[in-house]
Amino acid sequence: MDITELTVHELQEKLKNKELTITEITKAYVNRIDKKEKDIQAFVTTLKDEALEEAKRIENEKTDGDFVGIPIGIKDNICTKGIKTTCSSRMLENFVSPYDATVIEKIKKENMINLGKLNMDEFAMGGSTEYSYFKKTRNPWNLNKVPGGSSGGSAAAVASRMVPWALGSDTGGSIRQPSSFCGVVGLKPTYGLISRYGLVAFASSLDQIGPITKDVYDSAMLLNIIAGYDKRDTTSSNVEKKDYTKALKNDVKGLKIGVPKEFFGEGINEEVKESLENAIKVYKELGAEVEEFSLDIAKYSLATYYIIACAEASSNLGRFDGIRYGYRAKEFKDLKDLYRKSRSEGFGPEVKRRIILGTYVLSSGYYDAYYKKAQQVRTLVMNEFNKAFQKYDVLLTPTSPTVAFDIGSKSNNPLEMYLADICTVSVNIAGLPGISIPCGVDKENMPIGMQLIGDKFQEEKILNAAYTFEQKIKFRENHRPDEKEEG
Amino acid sequence: MLRDEYETVIGLEVHAELSTKTKIFCSCPTSFGAAPNTHVCPICMAMPGTLPVLNEKVVEYAVKAGLATECTISQDSKNDRKNYFYPDLPKAYQISQYDKPLCEHGKIEIEPHTGKKTIGITRIHIEEDAGKLNHDDFGRGSLVDLNRAGVPLIEIVSEPDLRSSEEVDLYLRKLKSILEYIEVSDCKMQEGSLRADVNVSVRKKGESKLGTRTEMKNMNSFRSITRAIEYEIDRQIDVIENGGKVEQETLRWDEVSGKTFSMRDKEDAQDYRYFPDPDLVAIKLSDEYIENIRKTLPELPESRKQRYLTEYGLSEKDANIITSSKYLSDLFEEASKICKNPKAVNNWIISDISRILNETEMDPVEIPFDSKQLAKLVMLIDKGTISSSIAKKVLVEMFEHPRDPEDIIDEKGWVQISDEGAIREVVSKVLANNPQSIADYKAGKEKALGFLVGQAMKETRGKANPQMLNKMFKEELK
Repeated sequence: MDITELTVHELQEKLKNKELTITEITKAYVNRIDKKEKDIQAFVTTLKDEALEEAKRIENEKTDGDFVGIPIGIKDNICTKGIKTTCSSRMLENFVSPYDATVIEKIKKENMINLGKLNMDEFAMGGSTEYSYFKKTRNPWNLNKVPGGSSGGSAAAVASRMVPWALGSDTGGSIRQPSSFCGVVGLKPTYGLISRYGLVAFASSLDQIGPITKDVYDSAMLLNIIAGYDKRDTTSSNVEKKDYTKALKNDVKGLKIGVPKEFFGEGINEEVKESLENAIKVYKELGAEVEEFSLDIAKYSLATYYIIACAEASSNLGRFDGIRYGYRAKEFKDLKDLYRKSRSEGFGPEVKRRIILGTYVLSSGYYDAYYKKAQQVRTLVMNEFNKAFQKYDVLLTPTSPTVAFDIGSKSNNPLEMYLADICTVSVNIAGLPGISIPCGVDKENMPIGMQLIGDKFQEEKILNAAYTFEQKIKFRENHRPDEKEEG
Repeated sequence: MLRDEYETVIGLEVHAELSTKTKIFCSCPTSFGAAPNTHVCPICMAMPGTLPVLNEKVVEYAVKAGLATECTISQDSKNDRKNYFYPDLPKAYQISQYDKPLCEHGKIEIEPHTGKKTIGITRIHIEEDAGKLNHDDFGRGSLVDLNRAGVPLIEIVSEPDLRSSEEVDLYLRKLKSILEYIEVSDCKMQEGSLRADVNVSVRKKGESKLGTRTEMKNMNSFRSITRAIEYEIDRQIDVIENGGKVEQETLRWDEVSGKTFSMRDKEDAQDYRYFPDPDLVAIKLSDEYIENIRKTLPELPESRKQRYLTEYGLSEKDANIITSSKYLSDLFEEASKICKNPKAVNNWIISDISRILNETEMDPVEIPFDSKQLAKLVMLIDKGTISSSIAKKVLVEMFEHPRDPEDIIDEKGWVQISDEGAIREVVSKVLANNPQSIADYKAGKEKALGFLVGQAMKETRGKANPQMLNKMFKEELK
């Protein structure tokens, strides 16, 4: 038995039956990192020795709890006390947070073991993890392909079994799109379900932390751990605590699924389209009622998203000024020069592009035409989704119009890179929950992702729909990354 | 005079630090004077990933200030980000309020020598203070102290209704006293908890269009505000009279040279890129919430003044002085209650105490003794334990080395001599030494009696009971 093949709920079972020890599990993952990381490049910081020590400590203390000793990987924009949080940026290359993010506190409370901090596009801006200052993470299904982004390190680490599960963050698709590219399960919860305290802000009104896992059951479990109101984040919602695994009924009879036809139009890859059509067929066979409808407003989502996200980012990233922490230029003439050089040298090109765009749309004289207009469209998008959810329980779309693309093929074409977010951004704009699960592979054995969108705080519905589909097609049993060296 | 041909138009932006215990978006203390960077946390240092949580007390205090200045309180307000780079601003944006301030359309009454006048208040909004830069004495650059970053402020913006430095002075004093009465700010100008930016423009009398205004900053006393305004009015008139044009710019007042200097002109006018802060939810206030705060409002200076006129029979002038400061007003009422002699308390406050405050540039809040001690002083005179001239010395002592007046009198041996035998002895001695005065008095010169009493006081170093002296001299000279 290869321990790293197991899901977290399977690990729990083995721990409970004393078939495995915490140290054995941790060792298995450390060995796996030793073996795979040189190819995948998913980590910014690995915590191998620390993890093994932690495993020993926990074992000696004989602590009780469902997740004691379960390893996890953390996207490198979630603050961890005493461990570097770089956001994959030169700006924060040596930044060590003085405090833990709320989700990290929760994970520590469960006595889980942090295996390391995972690579990402710089400050979560990008869709391929190529904009990391440190390294390019590779897709475990094909090392010449990108893992997606911005949580590319998290998705690749889960897909290559270097961590059993991971936390990512999603501002416009950054959990779902890399999960789709890497053939794993990625959930972007409803805005406000998870505390953002300690998540380095990209776009405050859109950012949300979420789980990236091997299967839907693990997704529900990790959501159980991290969800909940936090008084330190006033945008978090005080909703009743739930056990999301209870929603996994393996039954979608009578479930009303809406398929917005705009998501299947121009630009969608034929194989992706076929795979999604097949998924629709599966749902119908399982007893769901599937109906096509029009979500016309969706076509404005991408523009709206880039205006709002960049506007907020331009302000959020102002604090990286070289004064208190982070990168400071070695030589400067005066204060302005200190700012200019530190930010010019500390930020990469995509971050600068978005800061400039965001600064522009907030400038006096342009505010009304861009930012204000975008906020108005945002309201319209929300209204359209509201209308759809009066009719449907769940909406079904592709996660991305394509499978993972070749490394280097889009990194010099920002607009084309932005288009990779076209299916995911409207979910963030409307603050809804969305999950990406694998629904098949293309001819080159690259995974294809399906996105299920729910109404606000209706994670249970999309989790159950995803779970039921997963139980039917058994993706993990039928498809796996092509690992020649393992025979 | 040239001045008479011009009209001055002034509007004020007053920043008052709120006296909440903790900062506006985190739980760090707001107290003044701590070692640099000790009242800080990840939130007010703007560490990556931190989020603000609005201190509800700040909203309450701002609403109080709004109600006390007859503002309309907005039930749907929000926080906005004002973006700019400066080392004392750790987030590179200040959380403030832009288009939906908490309070609007208020007013304050003032009484300049030209007669009663209403000054409009455009708005009152909440925002956070920035930190402080301490410039290194050894020329190695500047050091940032973030203790003040995140201390809550209200900005009170007046309409351009003010026409002279006198009106500005009265408006500011009134505003300060209101904020003190409702206990939302301690308004200590020296510590920077009350700061005013002054917008000044001049125009020829009869002109309907406003002149170009300049904004002056960096004044930290009433005196420097008056000086700065007077200087700036003259400067602007001078520019216009010499055929020039007043430039719209921000000026820094320099106390030492008594001049204003340009900080930045319109060319560098910053675009603050205001937008709603996505980290904070809208501020929604119910009618009930606002009404509950209204109920907690204390009696304001205007109403106290009216009461002093009727209840204590104070003159309008005295009542104005006493109610100008909540501290003086409380001192007056509490001391009067204890000693049952409001007239005497009033006299002490408006004469000796006010004089000492003026001379030492002390704020009434800083008076080192309390109402009980002042009442005791009055009672000691009323009982004849000390004379009023000794009492003046006791008061000075109470300012300099604060302690109970009885203790001062004991220590200094200032108890009044009321023993008949002792007084008679002094009277005899003085009479023996001043035969001329006796003759003068007998010749009808009443003044001579005063001289003799004065001599007796001198003899006893002011301790003799003056009434008894008077009586006894009269008896002896019959």
